[in-house]
Amino acid sequence: MSENNETDDITGVETTGHEWDGIKELNNPLPRSWLWGLYGTIVFSIGYVIAYPALPLINSSTAGLLGWSSRQNVANDIAALEQGRESLGQDLVATDLNKISGNPDLMQFALAGGNSAFKVYCSQCHGAGAAGGGIYPNLVDDDWIWGGTVDDIYLTLKHGIRYEADEDTRYSQMPNFGADGILERDAIKDAAWYVRSISGQEADLEAAERGAIVYQDNCAACHGDSGEGMHDLGAPALNDAIWLYGGSHEEIVAQISKPKQGVMPAWGDRLSEATIRQLSLYVHRLGGGEK
Amino acid sequence: MLTATPIILTGAGAFIGLLASAFAKDAFFAQHMAILAIILTIATVILLKRFQFSSPAQIQRREEAARSVYMDDVIRWGVIATAFWGVVGFLVGVIAAAQLAWPELNIQPYLNFGRLRPLHTSAVVFAFCGSALITTAFYVVQRTCRARLWGGNLAWFVFWGYQLFIVMAATGYLLGITQSKEYAEPEWYVDLWLTIVWVAFLMVYVGTIVKRNEPHIYVANWFFLSFIVTIAMLHIVNGLSMPVSLLGSKSYSAFGGVQDALTQWWYGHNAVGFFLTAGFLGMMYYFVPKQADRPIYSYRLSIIHFWGLIFLYIWAGPHHLHFTALPDWAQTLGMVFSIMLWMPSWGGMINGLLTLQGAWDKVRTDPILRMMVISLAFYGMSTFEGPVMSIKTVNSLSHYTDWTIGHVHSGALGWNGMITFAALYFLTPRLWNRERLYSLRMVNWHFWLATLGIVIYAAVMWVSGITQGLMWREYDAQGYLVYSFAESVAALHPYYVMRVFAGLLYLSGALIMAFNLFMTIRGKQRIEAPLRNSPAPINDKPVVAQPAQ
Repeated sequence: MSENNETDDITGVETTGHEWDGIKELNNPLPRSWLWGLYGTIVFSIGYVIAYPALPLINSSTAGLLGWSSRQNVANDIAALEQGRESLGQDLVATDLNKISGNPDLMQFALAGGNSAFKVYCSQCHGAGAAGGGIYPNLVDDDWIWGGTVDDIYLTLKHGIRYEADEDTRYSQMPNFGADGILERDAIKDAAWYVRSISGQEADLEAAERGAIVYQDNCAACHGDSGEGMHDLGAPALNDAIWLYGGSHEEIVAQISKPKQGVMPAWGDRLSEATIRQLSLYVHRLGGGEK
Repeated sequence: MLTATPIILTGAGAFIGLLASAFAKDAFFAQHMAILAIILTIATVILLKRFQFSSPAQIQRREEAARSVYMDDVIRWGVIATAFWGVVGFLVGVIAAAQLAWPELNIQPYLNFGRLRPLHTSAVVFAFCGSALITTAFYVVQRTCRARLWGGNLAWFVFWGYQLFIVMAATGYLLGITQSKEYAEPEWYVDLWLTIVWVAFLMVYVGTIVKRNEPHIYVANWFFLSFIVTIAMLHIVNGLSMPVSLLGSKSYSAFGGVQDALTQWWYGHNAVGFFLTAGFLGMMYYFVPKQADRPIYSYRLSIIHFWGLIFLYIWAGPHHLHFTALPDWAQTLGMVFSIMLWMPSWGGMINGLLTLQGAWDKVRTDPILRMMVISLAFYGMSTFEGPVMSIKTVNSLSHYTDWTIGHVHSGALGWNGMITFAALYFLTPRLWNRERLYSLRMVNWHFWLATLGIVIYAAVMWVSGITQGLMWREYDAQGYLVYSFAESVAALHPYYVMRVFAGLLYLSGALIMAFNLFMTIRGKQRIEAPLRNSPAPINDKPVVAQPAQ
């Protein structure tokens, strides 16, 4: 720096003698704390590079003194988890589905796994609380379309409902009574009034009386003489207040005329046997599982 | 001064756009090129209306007259563009934040979150911050080199060419055109246009430095130059791709898999490093000493932290890819370079803050200087937070969470936004020869609204991000995940609502600024009491009780 640099009045520090558009620079040294901070991070970094994999070689890299590896860590964690679960997982598959609840440890394991899997695979349709919604059935009540025993639920999970890719899928088809011209419009309306009457809702009783005959001829074979439903055919009970596609007269008429046919994917190919068993027990335990 | 060349080029561009639209291979390209043709046609008409026929002698006389003064017209436009894009960028940010809080606000397909999010980030980073950088770079390089911008009308090309890039990028996002690289979403033809504009920017900048009338190059210019050069390199390498058709909107990246990810984050991290850090340090090194009327604290610190920053920043990108397919060694290097970056980053903050030695009293009465101080404080905060988040253990919690969103916003809103506002308040009265701003009290309001907005935003995102990170990694005794992803989303709703509020505060500050600048440009002055120290009340109790009078 030149010798005739001016000195800043306020700080008493010399300037560098340069000026740009009125801006000058003081000739202060590097702040000590800043410099030591810089050295500190460099020392830390050198230590870290020695301790961890850091420097690329031709086909690999330095391993670091600690031998740390992110992939190995994940593999170890998974292995440790699987080892801890191994006997429980095997027991779960080996034990009769209906006897698992007799073994508290096994049951706790099943419910924990079922809870976790439900949130990942089932909650999208059946809701985080399993209460269903829209066209998706509620799983916490005691009304089951395809059966609510652990075995029934297991079968539904494994093979799905009306899921064509699975040969053993649960299958049934309610006829299009209206759309295919099987029943007259008036007969359908009467039948719908009858269905409302047996479920304890307000109904046009005169029409319901006529509808009773239509019901016995066309509906009772699947839905039962008194509307109690039939699990083997996936025919829902009609004599309760639970409605998947709506319980108003218009909604029942619509369902008789051109029924909605619910579909659920089969999980047998996608989830392990243990997970499906866990889910079966979990869903059964949610509220309305049948013996 | 307007010559025939830009009119011919703009008109030809409009015609090429029309042809490209007519022969386009896909509907996206046809729509986008039609937009281009319309914009360039309007531009041609405006240019034609402004054209004046002059004799060569008149032209020569005007050129000589112009040579003796700074080229400030383009900078005036730049100030207006910066304020405009700021308001747009913050507004889109508030809308996007509201969409996250209330998904019903997604308007399909043009205004859904997926398209508004890149519109928001690009409007803030490239439109607002980019316009601010070009504007201030042109202003600072002329003043500190005592030289008119090199290249004549090339500076106009840089400014309007960059604005065209912004509009093409933004309309592309809304149409659904994207190459799906974060902060580099525009497709190949928009990328190529930006490359041309950017090379012209570099030429104007270097040309002006070369013909300077000062013996030395001021530190602000090193930062600006490193920003321009490095962004050119990053943009070109990360943008390397093969278009499916020269008349189509789709292209495929030259890189694949983890190489693509690494290139992308080498770009993405250094866009932060050189666009939002180095470039803005250039602004800081000019406007802080000017506004404080004090010399820069340490020349030596400025050299060392400049080279430290330049050398270290470029290697830190892999910290965006912790615990991914990227090899461990590359992750380690990304992390240690980020940690070593801490002090070089802080050098700028220290040099800026210590420049206020002897001027600290002004912070009380000058809200513009106060904006600069808070800007440096947020710069220091986020350049400390960054290295912390690059540590693998911290990153395993913070990565992919709102913590990262909070981090970039304390940088963008706090550092970039505040220093830009201060620069705009500094520039406007000077560029339009006004005695003072329309209202200094409104600057004060802007300061507090913006500061409150940032503080709420950052705090809310810390809570939200850490909540999210902890929920994702919560296992039960059996080793099963406790929460589903959807449950973690539901848990964040209150924070997302608070974020909208914080964004509204920040936006309202920017609107006040826009009004203030507009009135200043119109030459108005608000009649108001001056900002000054309130006298310190003397309320010492007397040592001896005084008898009542």
